[in-house]
Amino acid sequence: MQKYSVFSLVKNALSNHQNWDLAWKDPTPKKEYDVVIIGGGGHGLATAYYLAKEHNITNVAIIEKGWIGGGNVGRNTTIIRSNYMHDDNALFSEFGMDLWRRMSQDLNYNVMFSPRGIINLAHSDAQMNTYARRGNSMRLNGIDAVLLNREEVKEIIPMADFSENVRFPIFGGLMQPSAGTARHDAVAWGYARQADDMGVDIIQNCEVIGFDVSAGKINGVRTSRGDIKAKKIGLCVAGSTNILAEKLNMTLPIETHLLQACVSEPVKPVLDKVVTFGAGHFYISQSDKGEMVMGGDLDGYNSYAQRGNLPTLQHVLTEGIAMMPFLSKLKMLRTWGGIMDMSMDGSPIIDKTHIEGLYLNCGWCYGGFKATPASGWTFAHTIAQDRVHELNAGYSLNRFNTGHLLDEKGLGTKTWIS
Amino acid sequence: MLHIKCPHCGIRSQNEFSYGGDATIKRPELGKEISDQDWDNFVYNRKSLRGKHWELWQHLSGCRQWIKVQRDTATHEIFKTLKANEEIS
Repeated sequence: MQKYSVFSLVKNALSNHQNWDLAWKDPTPKKEYDVVIIGGGGHGLATAYYLAKEHNITNVAIIEKGWIGGGNVGRNTTIIRSNYMHDDNALFSEFGMDLWRRMSQDLNYNVMFSPRGIINLAHSDAQMNTYARRGNSMRLNGIDAVLLNREEVKEIIPMADFSENVRFPIFGGLMQPSAGTARHDAVAWGYARQADDMGVDIIQNCEVIGFDVSAGKINGVRTSRGDIKAKKIGLCVAGSTNILAEKLNMTLPIETHLLQACVSEPVKPVLDKVVTFGAGHFYISQSDKGEMVMGGDLDGYNSYAQRGNLPTLQHVLTEGIAMMPFLSKLKMLRTWGGIMDMSMDGSPIIDKTHIEGLYLNCGWCYGGFKATPASGWTFAHTIAQDRVHELNAGYSLNRFNTGHLLDEKGLGTKTWIS
Repeated sequence: MLHIKCPHCGIRSQNEFSYGGDATIKRPELGKEISDQDWDNFVYNRKSLRGKHWELWQHLSGCRQWIKVQRDTATHEIFKTLKANEEIS
């Protein structure tokens, strides 16, 4: 594989950039693989990469119905953070933060990781108390957290509404300085390029039609491009999890919901942090191109539509304008939607299943993108070793049955609780 | 914008309704031995399929009645609405 560097850039400039290698191949599926990963999104590509890199398992195929990076890894608002209170979430996410910091070097691909910091705004004394508690928990787990008062927040984001007569005055906020954003497509492409280089077959336009299960064991998968045998199969299909679970006669604690995001027209640099509204569900950051990137609540009903309805968008942007009134002057450039695998406690599932050789990675709710490297790393470990790693032990499938919920916010699919 | 035909009030916009999830889920019978798996299925496990889906909505900003709606989760087309006490046929 050609290494990307300033030298290769100069060299290829001399030949008018006509001689770059393909970033990944377009192979025909083989009859059999050691491991098949279903879903060529961020998590699936990362899983294949870490299977090859950490576990020397390179006879791997990624099967993708559409094209890689065409689902949620290309539809999110690119936020990366580890500001969780519960140990299971905090340690998992902070492990991921370390992978994010090294990702551009590891992948030889500039993922434009920008640790610009995230601020969760507080709008009451009680909320300040809960943020203090969460901040303390984060620091005990080695994650940076800073509790800001009103004046400190005003210094960092003066464009927010600090006037006296507002419905949700800003009391302060909790900041994680090391949080940030990254270029989401680059994450998918970077993992794909490296995985391909180590021998992983990335098979696009290949839909899973069914599974070959016998005597409680998985033997392979039936696809639109023929049957593929594999002793181990990993599901990494986010919003399509329930569709595949149906083919396996499994019913999961997952509902598929629609989440919208939008960007404004590009404007000059105004916001150098990720900011979330504390009295509802709204988050905002500014992209390198200058667009304000915004998102918020689910549309609120089961959906596979990958496109949203206006009432939710209006509701979300009302919150944004309450927080930062200047947003009302901006024109909307683009809105879109993606389908989320909403778990019932709001936390993900990375686990084995009752079918031997079948592994499950789903339930990412609002937070799939930031988890991409840690999810891939732990899922690869779970598949390769046939046992969960301590980092994803809390993300078990049977926790709903045993009552060991991981209710960081306790929302899950029930958005109206907030 | 969804337009939902409330069986009590007629066609109304989505803003007046709130969502209540899968309408085919039945609470385990009272006074009977209920296994953990039964509870799990009632509280957490959902099919959530692509296509026709029976679901509960409440006409919150209208008559406040719970209703059953059959909607396509991929196209958002609404086929049928029923009162809460009417059985899904």
